[in-house]
Amino acid sequence: MAKVVAELKYSAEHEWVAADGSGPANIGISAVAAEALGDIVYVDLPEVGSTVTAGETCGEVESTKSVSDLYAPVTGEVTEINDDVVSDPALINNDPYGAGWLFKVAVTEEGPLMSAEEYASANGGEL
Amino acid sequence: MTENYTALYEQHKIAGASFTDFGGWQMPLKYSSELAEHHAVRNAAGLFDLSHMGEVWVTGPDAGAFLDYALAGKLSAVAVGKAKYSLICQEDGGIIDDLISYRRAEDKYLVVPNAGNAAVVAAALAERAAGFHVVVDDVSAETSLIAVQGPNAEAILLQLVPAEQHPLVTELKYYAAVEAEINGQELLLARTGYTGEDGFEIYIPNEDAAGLWDALLEAGAGHGLIPAGLACRDSLRLEAGMPLYGNELSREGNPYAAGLGPVVSLKKESDFVGKAVLAELKELGAGSTSGRKLVGLKGLGRRAGRSHYPVLKDGNVVGEVTSGQPSPTLGYPIALAYVDVEHSAPGTALDIDLRGKPEPFQVVELPFYKRQK
Repeated sequence: MAKVVAELKYSAEHEWVAADGSGPANIGISAVAAEALGDIVYVDLPEVGSTVTAGETCGEVESTKSVSDLYAPVTGEVTEINDDVVSDPALINNDPYGAGWLFKVAVTEEGPLMSAEEYASANGGEL
Repeated sequence: MTENYTALYEQHKIAGASFTDFGGWQMPLKYSSELAEHHAVRNAAGLFDLSHMGEVWVTGPDAGAFLDYALAGKLSAVAVGKAKYSLICQEDGGIIDDLISYRRAEDKYLVVPNAGNAAVVAAALAERAAGFHVVVDDVSAETSLIAVQGPNAEAILLQLVPAEQHPLVTELKYYAAVEAEINGQELLLARTGYTGEDGFEIYIPNEDAAGLWDALLEAGAGHGLIPAGLACRDSLRLEAGMPLYGNELSREGNPYAAGLGPVVSLKKESDFVGKAVLAELKELGAGSTSGRKLVGLKGLGRRAGRSHYPVLKDGNVVGEVTSGQPSPTLGYPIALAYVDVEHSAPGTALDIDLRGKPEPFQVVELPFYKRQK
């Protein structure tokens, strides 16, 4: 079963957020989502310097089988994107919580986020 | 719709498959990674459960003449032991299904329709049989179908066939079938597939299917064989330029627009269902009904077109994608699309409307991928 990492928070749209309040929040998609999408072959990320809004689309994730919107789990300015994942989207499947991170945001406001327990029980993940 | 499960459902569960509905059947979509499964079939071998496909026996002194009438091809001309790809059409030329027919004896054929169409095809055949000395027997419910596809398929299969029967396998031609002893059981073995690779399809009673599945996996372990799901089956057939019923083929389309004109035998002296309309359509040329024909599109960027995405020329809609995705073997996006005939020549530059953004594609000859022999 797909892993859910305890220290992270999650959106209903399957993005995870790593925020300890000390700097920009790191954002990616959960293993549950990566597994459901299948092998990811393309990712379209927001531009550095742009502002994303919690609950709104900010990019796309494309697998061999389908295209899915990427939703911003938080509001704020994008400070950095993961260039490695743009050139090698398989990183998202292989290491969704690590090398497969997507972008960082200087958070001004969080969207509705779930704890790992809540997300796992709602989506069949494994803590 | 009630959900159907193949005799191999437990095997798939044990192997960790994720499932999808296909034609009313719960089928394995993938076991681990559909890309890994795709590459395994291209470079080693993949094992497929195709038990959702239909199997209809047509037996009797008029079997050949009957299939000449019921189908678009000339089945009476098929030699015993050989197979033929054909279409079953409506009176108006619309395609009810594409299917493979195996001639097993002078008076005996096995007709294999697609999963979602099996009952419809069996019913159409039974209806068209009036006046012919034939018996139409739909054995889909009790028959499983297992395919081994890929360059290592023959070596794997030979391990389950007694040495004295090895020539039956090694000398079996593409689109031919033979009765052979496989895993200790006399079974119908066909050298056919839907992947663009060499490979075999084995028809087996449901109660024996799990045993053969396990035996093939064991025999193939040293040859890179892995179970392969419908996700990679779709990407494999798309690379091979093979149409999928429901995507490229439908009752609204016709064989000429789909590029399947050669499958229709208008030279057949006898009448067949759809002949009059198909003869007119052929006169009018490809794309005569909708003004569109099926083409291959190669992506010049990284983004893939998907089913139902519009195809554009200078911003105007000139077609629609029927199947599309990134090609795992070729490394660029590929698609099949119906486009206006005037924009269908190879080399034509077109765009696919990717959710509001035009992405450049080019019309190319099919298939996208052809294996080295």
